[in-house]
Amino acid sequence: MNIGILALQGAFAAHQRVLTDLGTSVTLVRGVEDLVGLDGIVLPGGESTTMSMLLDSSGIHGHLRELLGKGFPVFGTCAGLILLAEQIVDGRADQQQLGGLSINARRNGYGRQIDSFEASINICDAEHACSMNGVFIRAPRIEKVTGDVHVLGTVNGDIVLVRQGNVLGATFHPELGNDRRVHEMFLKIVSRHNDDLEQVQEVRS
Amino acid sequence: MSNPQTGSFPVKRGLAEMLSGGVIMDVVTPEQAKIAEDAGACAVMALERVPADIRRDGGIARMSDPDMIEGIKATVTIPVMAKARIGHFVEAQIIQSLGVDFIDESEVLTPADEAHHIDKYKFDVPFVCGATNLGEALRRISEGAAMIRSKGEAGTGNIVEAVRHLRSILGDIRRIGQADSAELFDWAKQLQAPLPLVQELAETGRLPVPLFCAGGIATPADAAFAMQLGAEAVFVGSGIFKSDEPERRARAIVEATTHFQDADVLAKVSRGLGAPMTGIGMDEINQRYAERGW
Repeated sequence: MNIGILALQGAFAAHQRVLTDLGTSVTLVRGVEDLVGLDGIVLPGGESTTMSMLLDSSGIHGHLRELLGKGFPVFGTCAGLILLAEQIVDGRADQQQLGGLSINARRNGYGRQIDSFEASINICDAEHACSMNGVFIRAPRIEKVTGDVHVLGTVNGDIVLVRQGNVLGATFHPELGNDRRVHEMFLKIVSRHNDDLEQVQEVRS
Repeated sequence: MSNPQTGSFPVKRGLAEMLSGGVIMDVVTPEQAKIAEDAGACAVMALERVPADIRRDGGIARMSDPDMIEGIKATVTIPVMAKARIGHFVEAQIIQSLGVDFIDESEVLTPADEAHHIDKYKFDVPFVCGATNLGEALRRISEGAAMIRSKGEAGTGNIVEAVRHLRSILGDIRRIGQADSAELFDWAKQLQAPLPLVQELAETGRLPVPLFCAGGIATPADAAFAMQLGAEAVFVGSGIFKSDEPERRARAIVEATTHFQDADVLAKVSRGLGAPMTGIGMDEINQRYAERGW
C-alpha cells in the first residue's frame, strides 16, 4: 500500500511519521508525477489559502479532482477538510474547492489561535464506539452536512469527523497525538477500495 | 482536563506544525499584509519597521503600536504574529490580549532584560524564539517556546549567519544521535540545557518543536538552501519589501520553499524578479542582533 501526502505546505511531516509508524509506504506529493501509483492520499492541515494557490500552480488540483470523482480514497485534516468541502464560509473568493465532502465548513470557525483547543471526541463509528483526544488548531467548523455524509465524531454536539464514500475528513489533527485510530480508519478505507478494484478486475478478466 | 482546554502545549506546538513548509513574511502595513497573503504566505509578522530599517535608524526598537497590529489582523485571514522584546513579558501580555496568533520574542527588538527570557508557559498564545546553537534552542524550549528559528542576522539580506546557526543546531542533533547514554550527561552540561530534553533529542533525532530559518533570506535560492539544510519553513523579513518587485519575489519565494528540491522549478521562479535588497556584509555592521539573548 502506498499513501501519498500532499506536501505543498503544512503538517505533512507529522502525517508521514504516523503512517510510517503504521508500516505504510509514503510518497510526498509536490507535483503531478507524484500522484502515479498511489492507493490513497492525505491532505494535511496548514493554511488552506496557501495550499489552494500551490495546488493550482503545480497542476495537482485538476488531477486530484478527477481522482476524487473516481472514488479515490482521500483523507483531509483541518485545512485538508476545507479543500474537500463543497462549500466554505469565510474563505478567500479565489479559493478553489476540490469537492468530495457534501458539507459546509466555516474557516477558523472556532476563532483565532487563542481559541484553539484540545478536547475529548466521541467517536460514533459502528466499529469503534469510543472517545479520543483531539487537537483543534484554528479549526474549521462543520456547519451543515447533506447527502450521504456519515458523522463519525462529535465534540459537545459539533461534528468533527465525517466520511462520505472513500473520503474521510477531520476538523482536528489526529497526526499530532499518539492515537493512530483515525489513520487506521483511513487505511481500512484504502484497503477495502483496493479489494473492490481487484474484484472488478477479476470480473472483467 | 476540562473539555475543551485552550492554551495547552500540544495546541501551541500544533500551530507551529501547521506553518511548516511555508513562508512567514514581515509586513508593516495592511497593504503589504494583503500582498503577502495573495502571494501565498502562511502567516505574516506585523511590525512597524522591517529589520533593515531598525538597523539603519538605530535607537530603541520596541513592540509595535496595537492599532497597527490590529489593522493588519483585520486585513488577512492567515495567522498574524508580532514581536515582543526579549524578557518583556508585559509587551507579550499586551500582544496576547490583541488576539495575535504567535509571539516572536525577538532579538531584532532591543532586549528588555539582560538575564531572563519570558516564562512562556504563563501564556496561552504560542511563542517562537531565535537560537544560534542547540543549547540556546533547548533553553528556549524549556521556557515554553513552541517553535525555534535560527537568528541569522536580521536586516542584512545575508544568509551566512542563518546557515551557521542551522548547521550548528542540526549538526549537534546528528552528533547527539550517535552518543551513548553516559555521553548525554556531558552533552547537557556542554550545551547548558536540561538533561531530559537532551535525552529526548537522542531518542527522536529531532527537536521537540519545529525548527524554522530566519535572518537574511533574500532570494528563492536562499529559501530553498535553508530548507535543504533542514529548516522546516522560512521567515522572510526585509528581503521582500526591500526589493524592487515585492509581489513577484514573495510569490517566487513561496514556490521555492515548497519545491525546494526541484532545481528546475527554482530556476524558473528565480527569473526576472528585479533587484533583491542590497544587503550588508558581516564586517560592515556594528551591531550583531544574534548576540542578544542568553
